[in-house]
Amino acid sequence: MTSLWPRIEPLLAQVTKPARYIGGELGAQRPVHGPERVAWLLLYPDTYEIGLPNQGLQILYEILNERPDAVAERAYAPWTDMEAAMRAASVPLFSLEGCVAAGEFDVLAFNLSAELTYTNVLNLVDLAGVPVHSADRDVSHPLVVAGGHCAFNPEPLADFVDAFVLGDGEEAVGDLTEVIGSWRASGAQRRDDLLEALTSVPGVYVPSCYEPSYEKGRLTGVRPRWAGVPERVEKRTIADLGEWPYPKQQLVPLIEVVHDRLNVEVFRGCTRGCRFCQAGMITRPVRERPAEQVDQMVRDGLDRTGYDEVTLTSLSSADFSGIGDVVSSIINDPECSGQVSVSLPSLRVDAFTVGLAAEIQKVRRTGLTFAPEGGTWRMRQVINKLIREEDLYAAVDAAFSQGWRRVKLYFLIGLPTETDEDVLGITRLAGACAEIGRRYHHNVTVTASVGGFVPKAHTPFQWFGQNTMEELRRKVGMLKDAARGTRGLTLRWHDPEATTVEGLVSRGDRRMGAVIEHVWRNGGTFQEWSEHFDLGLWTSGLEAVGLDFADTVYRHRDEHEVLPWDHVSAGLHRDFLWQDFQEALAEHGLEDCRWTPCYDCGACTGLGVEHMVASAVAPAGGSQGTGQDLATGGAVPVRFLETAGAALASGPSGEQLP
Amino acid sequence: MRIRARFTKVGKVRFTSHRDVARMWERALRRGRMPVSYTAGFTPRPQLSFGLALPTGCESIAEYLDIALDEPVGPSDLARAVGSMLPDGVDVVAAGILEPGTNSLQEDVSSCLWEIEVPGVVPEDLDVAIERALGADSLPIQRERKGRNVVDDLRPSVLALSCAGSDVDGARLLAELGTRPRGVRPSELAQALGVELGLARRTCQWIERDGSRWEPLMADPAGTAVIWERAS
Repeated sequence: MTSLWPRIEPLLAQVTKPARYIGGELGAQRPVHGPERVAWLLLYPDTYEIGLPNQGLQILYEILNERPDAVAERAYAPWTDMEAAMRAASVPLFSLEGCVAAGEFDVLAFNLSAELTYTNVLNLVDLAGVPVHSADRDVSHPLVVAGGHCAFNPEPLADFVDAFVLGDGEEAVGDLTEVIGSWRASGAQRRDDLLEALTSVPGVYVPSCYEPSYEKGRLTGVRPRWAGVPERVEKRTIADLGEWPYPKQQLVPLIEVVHDRLNVEVFRGCTRGCRFCQAGMITRPVRERPAEQVDQMVRDGLDRTGYDEVTLTSLSSADFSGIGDVVSSIINDPECSGQVSVSLPSLRVDAFTVGLAAEIQKVRRTGLTFAPEGGTWRMRQVINKLIREEDLYAAVDAAFSQGWRRVKLYFLIGLPTETDEDVLGITRLAGACAEIGRRYHHNVTVTASVGGFVPKAHTPFQWFGQNTMEELRRKVGMLKDAARGTRGLTLRWHDPEATTVEGLVSRGDRRMGAVIEHVWRNGGTFQEWSEHFDLGLWTSGLEAVGLDFADTVYRHRDEHEVLPWDHVSAGLHRDFLWQDFQEALAEHGLEDCRWTPCYDCGACTGLGVEHMVASAVAPAGGSQGTGQDLATGGAVPVRFLETAGAALASGPSGEQLP
Repeated sequence: MRIRARFTKVGKVRFTSHRDVARMWERALRRGRMPVSYTAGFTPRPQLSFGLALPTGCESIAEYLDIALDEPVGPSDLARAVGSMLPDGVDVVAAGILEPGTNSLQEDVSSCLWEIEVPGVVPEDLDVAIERALGADSLPIQRERKGRNVVDDLRPSVLALSCAGSDVDGARLLAELGTRPRGVRPSELAQALGVELGLARRTCQWIERDGSRWEPLMADPAGTAVIWERAS
């Protein structure tokens, strides 16, 4: 493999942050390519700083490089200045490890974590010198594959990606390597042979083997083109996280990146059942890592990397059965001598959690973040984020009384059945938190961070018509007015334009590919970045293709409408999701199923995998369906399933919901 | 106690920033289990102090940092423990114990020596540019400071310039540049000379004391560094 370094080096003097392109991280490998090895280039379609910490990519990087029949290198999206320099000098996309041209790899594998990065996927394929359309590739081109959460609606990228991998990648990458290896060994005559062979790998969706049909401008189905191709592709699920203690050698970059610390995944999956949360739905069931293994990974990781901060990652880390023990073992380790701090993303809203946070943030007590998501109790029942006002106030009180001065609260606007009162509940709640803070400190800041809700595939809200851009703007405006008069409250909001486009791509069908291509061809890369986001390109793309926001984003779908992702499965029963949507509209909560009877969502039964939790009892102080606080009632008791009925509720803009 | 270390920054790693290098050292010291002193307070930071920032993209064989330690450590032990933990291109070439009361690098270093590749120029033309610059009363240059454009005169900071012959595709410039009131970057010098800038490498940092010049720490292949040894 030829190194392009002599041609890359002169470009680096002309660009910002040149160290993005040199690799050299601790943990980086220098794999030796060979004819018996399938060469993977793992790509993250955003900048190095955003992409490097991605745990999924790092896990697969190690697993592939441990195999005798594979090698894996990495690349990230070059920033616009580097891209221009590369194109001007005819330097193709290259791997960081060996500076090998991307086109020389057997597989270009993308991690899809955000819809707005899709135009970058096209751009990277193009920079690799590979035709962007799958149909235009031949045996000389690498296979383009993609995985990650966004792959659960693969259709918008179906024209560009040869194969999607749904669900956990740990085992699937091995299967893919074997299929590609034997196709190569048999002479690699036809690309179609490889694609067909891939359809038999569990969890792999090959879009070119499926045909979408439309009627009156609506999708009516995506069906296999020929016999033998599965009608529905089920996701991959690893049964035991303990068998996959990766990454063993987390990459430590030379430059500052996001999440720049040791990350140890403590469990995968989540059963809290927040209805807006795609991650919580598509990663079920819960699989905890054994506490001793977490402990070992933390110890080895700190030792190896020299980091002084570790994050225990998952969708709700305070729910980890062994959390107390793990945390105190790290904190009280004399080796760490009080200089290591632990952080838990997605803090649960309760005083127990704050106590935990107080224990672990002895070192650096900066800010605490909670996610009540909804401004009123009614709203939180709809989204099944069952945090009572008392819980939040107790948590915030605990935080301020224990020395924190900054509290950040995450909220969503544009949720199903939302009223103006629910929206204003956000500033009311946050304002009340600031007031609590002033009992303890002269100066406190409560930041309410408000995002626009985007309904996602495989969630109970997948049928919901997203709020219009104007409606979101109106709600943000309302909040701005309300926040102006509230002392100690800072309001941050996500751009409604970007939210709308995210909604467009999230639930798009195969026709959305042409829109994405239009935006890319007109220079619309890095759409995740506000300085590059361009609504005009998306609007003109929609027009060119004959689609509009009204039908694709704002419209409520009805129960029986074919959804673009119906032929791929995250293990969840469609009727469970619909039922849960109806429960939402009726303002009914749903308990966490780890410690309560099964609702038959389909994840465990269908996949033959069970929740793996270390403890048979719910963690102390849990406020969401874990028994303790809810049993006591509170001002407004939670209603559970038995009282449920299919109620209709009024949509945000007066429309009737299905 | 404080230990001063001299290290290099060559090869690909030269594209990292001064801040990046500081973080590399922090992690390497932790991985090497060195008893580094930390600042007190809610955000304890390791007490490391670096000298003049090296511009991103430049190489150096004469970088320094001072490390405060809670317990005594042999300078060569530190160099050995940390050396293997640093990325390729960053090598510890000397380390020595600082006398109590020694000034910081920032306070002491008064000039730096640079070896600069100037592509596309023959040595004779470079000589002409050098002569013109040295003969000039002032070498004005536009700089951005605190968001405002200001014009600075580089001339007082240009202490010596010479051409060291031809290079692969140009000429080689040697420059001694003063650091006060603020350092001159090789890119600014190239701009003032009206030449292109190739690879620039810092080869020496000087401390003026008692009428003579000293290196903050002599690079010593034997590994036993002595502070304040006469440099020339």
